[in-house]
Amino acid sequence: MAKKWNMIVDIERCDNCRNCFLATKDEHIGNEFPGYSAPQPDRGHSWVDVRRHERGAWPAVEAHFMPVMCNHCDDAPCMKAAKDGAVTKRADGIVIIDPVKSKGQKEIVDACPYGAIYWNEEEQVPQAWFFDAHLLDQGWDKTRVEQACPTNVFRSLKVEDKEMQRIAEEEDLEVLKPELDSRPRVYYKNMHLMTTCFVAGSVVVDVDGVEECAAGAEVVLMQDGQELARTETDTFGDFRFDKLAGNSGGYRVEVSSESSGSASAAFDLTEESLHIGVLALSA
Amino acid sequence: MRFSLILWGMVQAMRLTRLQYSEFRERLKERNLTAQFKLQDNSQGRWVRIENGRIRSGKGLHDNPDFSVIFKNRAIAEEFLTPPFDQLVRIDAAKNFKLTVEGSDEASVWFMITLNRMQSIRWKIGTPVGDGVVRYTNGTNGGPIFVYVKEGKIVRITPVDFDKDDAPSWTIKARGKEFTPPRRTTLAAHGLCQKSMVYSKNRILHPMKRVDFDPDGERNIQNRGKSEFVRISWDEALDIVVKEIKRSKAHGPGAVLVTHGSHHQWGNLGHYLSAFNRFWNLLGCSKLHNNPDSWEGWYWGAMHHWGNSLRLGTPEFYGTVEDCLKEAELMVFWSSDPDASYGYEGTVRREWAKELGIPMVHIDPFLNHTAAHLGGKWISPKPGTDSAMAQALCYVWITEDLYDREFVEKRTTGFDEWKAYILGESDGTPKTPEWQEAETRVPAREVRALARQWGSKKTYLGAGGWGCGLGGAGRGPMGVQWARMMTILGAMQGFGRAGVNFGNLQFGAPLDFSFYFPGYAEGSMSGELTYSANAANNYQRMPHVVTMNSSRQNIPKIRLPEAIMEGSAMGFLTDVSSVRGQFLRYGYPAPGHARIQMMYKYGSPNFGTMVDSNRWVQMYQSENLPFVVNQSIWWEGETPYADVILPACTVFERWDIGEYYNVGAGYVHHMFSMVNHRVVSLQHKCIEPLGESKSDYDIFLAVIERLGLGAMYSEGGNTELDWCKRVFDSSDVAKHTTWKEFLKKGYFVVPPDPEDARAPTANRWYYEGRKKDTPEPYPLPADYVGEFGEGLQTTSGKFEFLPGTLSQIDDPARPPLNKYQKSYENAEAEPALADFPLQLLTPHTRYPFHIMGDDEGCTLQDIREHRVTVNGHSYLVARVNRQDAEARGVEDDDLIRLWNLRGSVVCAAQVTDRLRPGVVSACTGSAQYRPVGEPGNSTDLGGCVNMLNPKKTITEQASGMAPNTSLIQFEKWTGVDTWQRAEAA
Repeated sequence: MAKKWNMIVDIERCDNCRNCFLATKDEHIGNEFPGYSAPQPDRGHSWVDVRRHERGAWPAVEAHFMPVMCNHCDDAPCMKAAKDGAVTKRADGIVIIDPVKSKGQKEIVDACPYGAIYWNEEEQVPQAWFFDAHLLDQGWDKTRVEQACPTNVFRSLKVEDKEMQRIAEEEDLEVLKPELDSRPRVYYKNMHLMTTCFVAGSVVVDVDGVEECAAGAEVVLMQDGQELARTETDTFGDFRFDKLAGNSGGYRVEVSSESSGSASAAFDLTEESLHIGVLALSA
Repeated sequence: MRFSLILWGMVQAMRLTRLQYSEFRERLKERNLTAQFKLQDNSQGRWVRIENGRIRSGKGLHDNPDFSVIFKNRAIAEEFLTPPFDQLVRIDAAKNFKLTVEGSDEASVWFMITLNRMQSIRWKIGTPVGDGVVRYTNGTNGGPIFVYVKEGKIVRITPVDFDKDDAPSWTIKARGKEFTPPRRTTLAAHGLCQKSMVYSKNRILHPMKRVDFDPDGERNIQNRGKSEFVRISWDEALDIVVKEIKRSKAHGPGAVLVTHGSHHQWGNLGHYLSAFNRFWNLLGCSKLHNNPDSWEGWYWGAMHHWGNSLRLGTPEFYGTVEDCLKEAELMVFWSSDPDASYGYEGTVRREWAKELGIPMVHIDPFLNHTAAHLGGKWISPKPGTDSAMAQALCYVWITEDLYDREFVEKRTTGFDEWKAYILGESDGTPKTPEWQEAETRVPAREVRALARQWGSKKTYLGAGGWGCGLGGAGRGPMGVQWARMMTILGAMQGFGRAGVNFGNLQFGAPLDFSFYFPGYAEGSMSGELTYSANAANNYQRMPHVVTMNSSRQNIPKIRLPEAIMEGSAMGFLTDVSSVRGQFLRYGYPAPGHARIQMMYKYGSPNFGTMVDSNRWVQMYQSENLPFVVNQSIWWEGETPYADVILPACTVFERWDIGEYYNVGAGYVHHMFSMVNHRVVSLQHKCIEPLGESKSDYDIFLAVIERLGLGAMYSEGGNTELDWCKRVFDSSDVAKHTTWKEFLKKGYFVVPPDPEDARAPTANRWYYEGRKKDTPEPYPLPADYVGEFGEGLQTTSGKFEFLPGTLSQIDDPARPPLNKYQKSYENAEAEPALADFPLQLLTPHTRYPFHIMGDDEGCTLQDIREHRVTVNGHSYLVARVNRQDAEARGVEDDDLIRLWNLRGSVVCAAQVTDRLRPGVVSACTGSAQYRPVGEPGNSTDLGGCVNMLNPKKTITEQASGMAPNTSLIQFEKWTGVDTWQRAEAA
């Protein structure tokens, strides 16, 4: 089986420095690569788009970022929408939108379920991140997004599909919109940071009339009488449960400490992560 | 070699070069002239005639040369002219009248540049990478880069990946693991956007004149910023500028005011401390005196507790990366966002700390970029109240015996008074965690938990952006108090103890600190010995002619509008040579000096970076400023506030040389300890200047030739490339590689010290009571109260809880006892502020470098955490808390107006939970200015949020600015502007 390109994107490692976005603009604005792409317009396109997602609410909040680009799908909706073979799949897995044949075919933009194809008004062509195929073909050993990324978010791999499936399972990788069965070649690590919720809270205890953070208390997350997870409060009495599905109904946390008693709270999880506030331990 | 033979040989070499190089043939066609070389007694000589591209020459004396180079005698001439040239001999000859030039200055400079070109024309530059592409190198404020060029056009810009021939990287062994940085440089956003900056539609490509400006008639000063500009020739532009310089100088010394941004494009030559200073020292001018604007609290406050004046009051940082990774048990980031604006070299080290499981706490009203990336406990105090929280930490440490008693007893003074204040014995208010809660809104229990964790674990305090100072809370009205509190917290925990120090892993990488390469603050070819660190190394290493400004008139930068509009401005010195230097007053007008007649503006705009900057707009319309020339690369918000505009080119269109984050001695000595590898790069001239733009160096040369000083300015026809070689030759790089190799490869990685020769850990010497052993030449020998190397730069030689130097002045906001005081930006104190319930943070921006990169043609404009495009215009992002936004019906990307009495600015809202309620955060990253109505008195659509910040100085007797935590209000922008400026503090 032939080796093909894949890209692994680790959401946890991304801190929105924007170097991938800028390196792609640097590569394509003002540059034409015949057979690969017309120049990108000076403004407006985000071939590598860094999407922002906040979880939670002040004071328990997280900020996550996810670079989204052409997924180089093996069953690419854009290829189906294209006429005259304007979109092709290379033997190495890379999807290329031909800058000449695709002229005027705006439907290619609309066909992408990931919003990763952009319309170039000036050149009248659809455009997307094409895995720096022009550089790989010249002998580059990595893409510009990898080279520019200071936190190693990206990892391109040229491996057989079987090997990639093994890696995806081993590293718990996910693809965007798997339900479409478009079979993306861009995989995401730590996708739960974009798709699931956390629940956090703070536990306090009264010590001789003074409110103190309750460190080391045991916290159990329950649903329908079943224990789902268990953790301990930290120095600040804070606890957090992650990877909960949004709109997943009623929960209960039960906090206990050998020395200071117990507390509990019930809550409903909507689509947003939640800080359930301060729980006071009592005997 | 004999004089006559050398001169004959010179002409033969010219003829040979002419035959070999078409570029040289073209140069010779540029002008006709006759050059005479001779001895003073006219006994020997040779003339050279260039005419229509041909060379003629004859022995003896010419009747009518354009200029003559006259040597005092034959021995001097022969020593001067015999290669290899000794720069010291040449400088000595020039300085001591062993060699003089008579006749046309401009002709002599042209001829000498031509002679110098005979050498450089043979040099091969860059690395061909196939397909007609050449890989050059350059440097940016965001890091060194490779520049791929094809057919005279930049194709791409990338970070530098090292090759197998480059020096090895260092390794730190900590807790059973080994950490080595990646074999590459990283790049900040403002480095990676540079190609778009070069080709921006906003490049100024021709000299221009304001249409209604007539230097000999009606100047229409009131129309600056409003009128259109027309293209003029370089000759016309230079004629006007030179005529204005002459007109101004006739008024007396200091009549020409020169201004510049705090930064320029990267490189030693193009920096304002280099060519710009040389140029102005030769002409004489009034300069703007910079306040330490990113260090205010450290310089005016912290310094008094422990000295470190030559670091602007911030602590040393050597060895802290290794010590922190090996020993620290907790890292506290206090107003500390190192991932914000200085690239990502330190990011990997903080990831190592996370990998080692070192717990982290972030104290900042904004869940900053570093905090969001690393995770850990986030504590968000109300802006400006951090000092109360710090004092409550002291309270817990004292009452629960969680501080370093031995250090406090042996190495500090004044603790008893400090303790009495903290416990409330001296003022009746114990500084308990509950007391601070009323100020900071941070739960008392969390402060107690933090105090206990900190007091019982070896803790690194990352104070400010760099961990060892800079930015953050040190730049607000409470900045002095805050920076002082940071030093006090450090002292109570015994800074210098293993695992206890200042830092956030951004500084203090284990590099070679004795390998010499100059940074820009060393003045390069300026010849300036007083207002740069030139005298320390560079002046000896790279002999060049000394230059001095004969005018003694300086204007405090933050008071420039008052100097122009009100006619006077006083300030206190930024003088780092001693702690007490800052007590000295200076101001405008200086006795016997002239009133300002013209402003020569160089580099980036100030409207976005200076506080209460509607003042700056108004200043330009003052009749007290008869002429303004602006030398700029881009058309920015401030550009049209001029009469004549001179187009400068970017660093990609000229030569320069520099080292990654090496600013040199003088204020952040060894700043390159931020990076993982010391990388020196030749900054190749990658492409020709666009349009009619010229390098700053060449613009200065063109002006000064018309004033007869070209030969002195260029030191006998040195181009920027010649200067690059002189800088290279002066440095230790020349001991490791050849100029020829460096020209091609373009960069050099400095080998790190071997593990057993690494610099000692910062402050360890002081903790252990030894003489100073860290590799910084500070304090100055005269500033030790004990023996040289013993103790700190304070009145006692110890850390002073109540600084002796602060007891020598009477500055109400800087009492010796650092008691908690509320901000003057406070509705209780100023009822007029009651309409403005929100606090505005104006931090350094993450994507542009200050305002560099905020040009409308730059790719950074599409980053929606920086700017958002609405109806074709891009608006600066203002982060607002979700609750505040909901209360005002504001959603993401809505245009909102931020205002107070001083300013009114429209931004694009980014609704977030990363800010505590009541706080708005908008970065001071705007290079644009788009007033809706009358400039200086209407709402700005360009995003100059500094317009909302006070002009009031950080304390009465400190010329520092206080741009954070101003009170404001915001609302959805209606598009109708009724705002008018009112006087406010």
